[in-house]
Amino acid sequence: MNRNDAWIRLEGIEKRFKVATRTAGLKEATKALFVRKHTVVEALKDISFSIREGEIVGYIGPNGAGKSTTIKVMSGILVPDEGQCSVMGYIPWKDRTEYVKHIGVVFGQRSQLWWDVPVIDSFELLRDIYSIADGMYRDNLAMLTEMLDLEAILKMPVRQLSLGQRMRCEIAASLLHSPKLLFLDEPTIGLDAVSKLAVRNFIKRLNREQGVTVILTTHDMSDIEALAERILMIGKGTLLYDGTLDELKERFGTGKTVTVDYRGHSEPITIEGTTLIEWTTERAVYGFDSEKVTLAEMVTRLSESVEVVDLAVSAKDIDEVIVQLYAEHQI
Amino acid sequence: MRLYIKYLSIHLKSQMEYRTSFLLMSVGQFFIPFMVFGSLYFMFQRFGELQGWSFFEVALCFAVIHLAFSLSECFARGFDSFSSLVAGGDFDRLLVRPRSTALQVLGSKFEFTRIGRLLQSVIVLVWSVSNLPQIWSLPKLLTLLLMIANGTIIFTGIFILAATFCFWTIQAIEVANVFTDGGREMAQYPLNIYEKWVTRFFTFVIPFGCVSYVPLMYVLDKREGSMFFPMVITFGGVLFLIPCLLIWRFGVRHYRSTGS
Repeated sequence: MNRNDAWIRLEGIEKRFKVATRTAGLKEATKALFVRKHTVVEALKDISFSIREGEIVGYIGPNGAGKSTTIKVMSGILVPDEGQCSVMGYIPWKDRTEYVKHIGVVFGQRSQLWWDVPVIDSFELLRDIYSIADGMYRDNLAMLTEMLDLEAILKMPVRQLSLGQRMRCEIAASLLHSPKLLFLDEPTIGLDAVSKLAVRNFIKRLNREQGVTVILTTHDMSDIEALAERILMIGKGTLLYDGTLDELKERFGTGKTVTVDYRGHSEPITIEGTTLIEWTTERAVYGFDSEKVTLAEMVTRLSESVEVVDLAVSAKDIDEVIVQLYAEHQI
Repeated sequence: MRLYIKYLSIHLKSQMEYRTSFLLMSVGQFFIPFMVFGSLYFMFQRFGELQGWSFFEVALCFAVIHLAFSLSECFARGFDSFSSLVAGGDFDRLLVRPRSTALQVLGSKFEFTRIGRLLQSVIVLVWSVSNLPQIWSLPKLLTLLLMIANGTIIFTGIFILAATFCFWTIQAIEVANVFTDGGREMAQYPLNIYEKWVTRFFTFVIPFGCVSYVPLMYVLDKREGSMFFPMVITFGGVLFLIPCLLIWRFGVRHYRSTGS
């Protein structure tokens, strides 16, 4: 392993939270005022991975899986209970003020801009917070304005921006100090198709031209498909998968569903090697495994019995893959 | 410090976006302590004096404390409304910036509408000083300024302590108001009118005595001695601030290890 392999390295990271529990009811609520029962939730269990400089890594998993907690540990917000983490030679939570000069963080659901003032004012305050040198600030601002097409919106108060415009400003705001590592926590949440595309293209370009390492969490698989060469999947605090998206698809993606619309037919048609998921007199949904039965066979079999109007094939979506991964890991 | 001023200017700009609301709030803030002061005035009308303190002497004390309180509410508002920062998760944002958390929280909010309250206190201050010829000397007026600065620091310290509790409770605890609002109400009168233990508490635990009692005695010639001692003692507030900041740091560390 060369030095570059461990630009970011997490080893055996564990994090537990104490959560107060109480059952419903006024009586219980009153009791909870005095006596609290705590349950310990293991948010992260033995998480280890390393990331090379210049990678784009997609970090995925269902809600509450531990994505944000991992990001918080890596960005120095949280101190883990167990394990080691080093990023660019820093221990994030120990060297916080020194370390955070080199990272940018975008929380998709939370703004870092000042709501009532023009965007440019927020940028200038950030320049002072990060003590960015004048020349560097000017260059970065010019570059980001051009790449994210901000010219027209810089003088507008943040509260008047659309979500897409705001997100572009958020991303620009977190890059003014030329960080080498960028954390994006759900950067495309709630964006329309055009804005999503703009954000994705920018991230790609930033990575290619400036060599910025990007760690991205998302629920949108098209984000991952467009951006990340590598994905890390986490579920219930455990790292379930570390590899490329294609490999993952190969492993789990052979299952597909076929939706068929046909002229009225009074009874369901069963096809060998498939499962009938849904059936009405005009539509049927089949689940099939392309290793067991080919699409051609299915179509032939269907057209023997009904007059097919429309047919759609879809690959299994990521949620199903996750469910399958869970089953495999017996969580 | 430069950054603090930048924070100040961005908040001023924000506030100016809502001019009417700002003006109305300020006018409202002007009249709130006005009522309190009115009752003070009528009390003296009836009773003449309070354990040897004349109306203008108490008014001076009142003005100093209210001035200090409104200054700290204006500039340390970030700590006063800190619970929303924690509950909303925006405190995380402060942690990924390369500056001290205390400075950033301080800069997270200013309450300029307190200018109304400030103005009212200034009027009372000027009025009482102009009626107390014994304090028209440079060292005494300087001590008066120190008293105000010191009071501001003490209130800020209490705000910081109260904010620190939010790391454990998430919600702001009303108990803290006993010391902020309560402290203000107590300290607006000279401390020796109270029971001994009250005086002790507000001298040694929360050092309001360093503001509204000891230096006040000197300023009003109620105690003999050089001006050196009261000028030194007005720094008691700074001594109070240090443990507050240490406890704050402990709170931040707790937050980062529990994430609550």
